[in-house]
Amino acid sequence: MNALEVSDLSFAYGAREALRQINFSVPAGHFAALLGPNGAGKSTLIALLTRLYDVQRGEIHVGGQSLRASPRQALRQLGVVFQQSTLDLDLSIEQNLRYHLALHGMSRRQGSARIDAELARQQLTQRRHEPVRNLNGGHRRRVEIARALLHEPRLLLLDEPSVGLDPASRQALGQHIRQLCREQGISVFWTTHLLDEVQPSDDLLIVHQGRLVASGRAEDVSLEHGGNLGSAFHRLTASGAAA
Amino acid sequence: MSAYWHCFSGIVMREWLRFVLQRTRLLSALVRPLLWLLVFAAGFRAALGIAIIAPYDTYIPYEVYIVPGLACMILLFNGMQGSLSMVYDREMGSMRVLLTSPLPRAFLLASKLLATSLISLLQVYAFLAIAWLYGVQPPAMGLLLALPALLLVALMLSALGLLLSNAIRQLENFAGVMNFVIFPMFFLSSALYPLWKMLEASPWLYWLCAVNPFTQGVELVRFALYGQFNALAMAVCVGLTLVFALLAVWTFNPQHAVLRKAN
Repeated sequence: MNALEVSDLSFAYGAREALRQINFSVPAGHFAALLGPNGAGKSTLIALLTRLYDVQRGEIHVGGQSLRASPRQALRQLGVVFQQSTLDLDLSIEQNLRYHLALHGMSRRQGSARIDAELARQQLTQRRHEPVRNLNGGHRRRVEIARALLHEPRLLLLDEPSVGLDPASRQALGQHIRQLCREQGISVFWTTHLLDEVQPSDDLLIVHQGRLVASGRAEDVSLEHGGNLGSAFHRLTASGAAA
Repeated sequence: MSAYWHCFSGIVMREWLRFVLQRTRLLSALVRPLLWLLVFAAGFRAALGIAIIAPYDTYIPYEVYIVPGLACMILLFNGMQGSLSMVYDREMGSMRVLLTSPLPRAFLLASKLLATSLISLLQVYAFLAIAWLYGVQPPAMGLLLALPALLLVALMLSALGLLLSNAIRQLENFAGVMNFVIFPMFFLSSALYPLWKMLEASPWLYWLCAVNPFTQGVELVRFALYGQFNALAMAVCVGLTLVFALLAVWTFNPQHAVLRKAN
């Protein structure tokens, strides 16, 4: 079963079409990167995937559950790391995680073991009682990843997670998420506008002007459209290419 | 059912922790009503004579009269501020986390409104404690009876704030809310002067004050503080809380706001 399946998805802001007939899927255990220039429709897609906006046309299935027909079952299988930090800075790491578990209807007792495990995995156990405000950008991202994984989702959705991080932290974050994907079998959907965050073995989706203009293994897309990812991306997203 | 309870208690706990950790919030919530009580009321004491009116059974100093209104002022500011941030934080920040919970959105919004209302009560009782030390001392039973009345008024005002923030795009910052919602509601009410004084001044001002939901909230709290029950105020507050909350939850859709901007 696919972790994420998007079929014939379209969305318009009034008369302005933001997404047009998007179709793709992310198989279980795959790392998929959604690449697109600013204004391509990535944020709209994220807003639809996280149920911030209602689906107007088409379907989204998370772990086989329709976001439209069974939103609760679908959202249970989704962990999200938003582009802008959504942590409470004055609360400690552990308090932030406990709040997330409560939002998923879990008691303190049920959640304690999961918090211990995720903090250990993110190497944050020693700092669990520190206010988030004391952490640097890279560590805050780790807390957000720990939080997104607490309820054991099938799909981890990260919306431009490297924004605001220095190059070393960006690289470490990418490695860390890929390791999770390999070792835990979690599916990852990672949006970015930075080409160097995509690796040849990733599933790649390129959006431009609200349309999906390429999809497949990143190295295959590169070969098919220009030899390397940079030239393929520029060719596919040159103005009017999607028209 | 337990999932709902864990979720609700988690939302309340978060509001509590934020309240405890951000000490300046309590201070700033208290400064405004204390200025009214300690400065404004002292200055106007001589100018405004208060006749014997229910629920009071004797002549009262002006400070005694305005304390229920100032308690409700805390609820009014908190309710409007909290609801405004719920609407404008929904595309980013903590509201996005809240909305990715698998529990129903109506339940999440109602829990959030109730949690912020409970925290507002702490601020109100801190204010009432200072007022007590200053000499405004309602009966102890009244302080207890006022608790459900204050909670109801807090919910009514928070729900109204959420509804207005959903419906009116121009209320996009707190200054707008202050000028177009808080000040008119506060001044066109029985918080600072009894309605019969308004009637002497102008019949239409009197009617504006009488139909203001904030007036009913203030009177409900005023009567409860002195151990009496104001049935009309209670009926109006319960009815309006239900209507405002239902409409606020129904109209809370981030997509509506985005589409409205696009059109």
